[in-house]
Amino acid sequence: MQRLTQSLQEHHEFCDEIFAAAENAALSGDLTEAARQFADFRNQMEAHFRAEETLLFPSFEQASGNSYGPTEVMRGEHRHMREMMEAMETSIRDGDAGNYAGQSETLLIMMQQHNHKEEGILYPMCDSALSADSGPLAEQLVKEIRPGS
Amino acid sequence: MTMLSFEQAPPISVPMRFFLTAPIFGMLAGALLLWQGPDALQSRWAPATLALTHLVTAGFMLQIMCGALLQFIPVAAGGNIWRPRVVAGLIHPFISIADLLFAWAFLGADLRWLDPAAILFVAAGGVFGLAAGCAVVRTESTSPTVTALRLALVGLIVTMLLGSTLVQAIQGRFEAPLVQLTNLHAAWGLAGWVLVLVMGAAYFLIPMFQITPSYPQMAQRFLPGALTAILVLWSIQLTLNERELWEDVALALVMVIASMFASTTLWLQSRRKRKNMDPAMQFFVVAMVCLLAYAISWPVLRYNPGCAEHPASSLWLGSLLIFGACTSAICGMLYKIAPFALWMHLQRIDPSFAIKLNTRTLLPEPPVRRHFYLHCTALAILLSAVLSPALAHLAGALAISSFACLHWNLIKLVRKGIECRTGC
Repeated sequence: MQRLTQSLQEHHEFCDEIFAAAENAALSGDLTEAARQFADFRNQMEAHFRAEETLLFPSFEQASGNSYGPTEVMRGEHRHMREMMEAMETSIRDGDAGNYAGQSETLLIMMQQHNHKEEGILYPMCDSALSADSGPLAEQLVKEIRPGS
Repeated sequence: MTMLSFEQAPPISVPMRFFLTAPIFGMLAGALLLWQGPDALQSRWAPATLALTHLVTAGFMLQIMCGALLQFIPVAAGGNIWRPRVVAGLIHPFISIADLLFAWAFLGADLRWLDPAAILFVAAGGVFGLAAGCAVVRTESTSPTVTALRLALVGLIVTMLLGSTLVQAIQGRFEAPLVQLTNLHAAWGLAGWVLVLVMGAAYFLIPMFQITPSYPQMAQRFLPGALTAILVLWSIQLTLNERELWEDVALALVMVIASMFASTTLWLQSRRKRKNMDPAMQFFVVAMVCLLAYAISWPVLRYNPGCAEHPASSLWLGSLLIFGACTSAICGMLYKIAPFALWMHLQRIDPSFAIKLNTRTLLPEPPVRRHFYLHCTALAILLSAVLSPALAHLAGALAISSFACLHWNLIKLVRKGIECRTGC
């Protein structure tokens, strides 16, 4: 049986691929393609954040009675990442591939450590705390990150 | 549950003191090779060679790895280190002084200096092992990286204890099979501590930095534990007969595991989604190639009648492993960890730095690339010097240059951080 958070974990990998495509395009000088890929990446990340912040985290907080623990930390990191993505979009718009490369490297490290903490600690906690009602919630999560499905 | 937060990262001075000190020991090792020349490459048992080896393994490698773990464990493994400033404040001078005393004991031909060196090494290992060990044992993470960290810390403690046992045995305080004990000490240090730690870090960092597939589950779960188990069995066999046979069997198995890890890493890196191979990752490629070369060289040299007893064989293997594999891997990881640690520190002070700065504004690529080329040149000449000792002076000079380049890059990184704090 699939875990509640399986779709979110798979979506992490999906976002990684688009991130890499955007960066590869920027570093090869194709800023038009980089802008296109980055826009897609940013949309996917926003969908992911929305799924977590409006569905997964509130459900976990209600089940565990804890609103100021790991979910608050993750929300804070989402804010950081949103700010960084905003700055990266500016770099692409300004044609500054060098600055984009540095921002990309930094966002990648932050993002991957964030994902590692979610997959290693928070998602298992959510899977455990929400196992009784996981069916409907899992469907909602999938709809949020894959609107066409 | 603040254990998930970046805010758990220790103060920047905690890892940086190790990162800034370590290359100095590398430079000292290079200076020793420059000074002694071919005499330092006569035999692994030569006093200069023993001093030089420990300047690199303890003075450089151990310092960097302790500093990196004090940063890595809280941020990536979710473990809280008890009073990181206190821990760093103790182990940093302990390791530094111990290593200098150790080198002096051999170079000055006064083995009595080994006693205070051993005490300080064991004290440092104990403090670090306790602090880091409690953190990784208590973390809720069950990742293979955390398991590998736990095993690596065991490897560190055993290495230190075997080292202090050797110190007593060398000075004739009791009978012991010195050659086999030294081989075991080296194996625990380089395989049980360094290789297991590099594995655990690589399982996390390689997919992270290069967006590769994850390491195969079997590799993640099996390799570090198997390596440690082999070393444990080998250690037990030291007390029995047929020591040489067991040593050969254990080393053969270690080579198989090292080869599996190195070839898997290179395969994963070839499947990376990020096409750009930055110099930090190039260091890691060199590390894996050298690890593979080491694992292939060992049986060739061991079972070739003309080579097995030749002093150059062990020097070739030691150079490949310590400078080629371990130092390269450590440099690669350091160039990723240090700028990001500084970036996190700066954006904690002023959140606007998260946007104004990035890891490449703090440490640009060109100086890192220059160090990479210098390091590769130094490695090539060092390996050549093993075969042709007349090149030893040149190898020493290049080693000094390589470590000095690393040191200068880290100093510029810290200076950039200070400039930003005062208004950039």
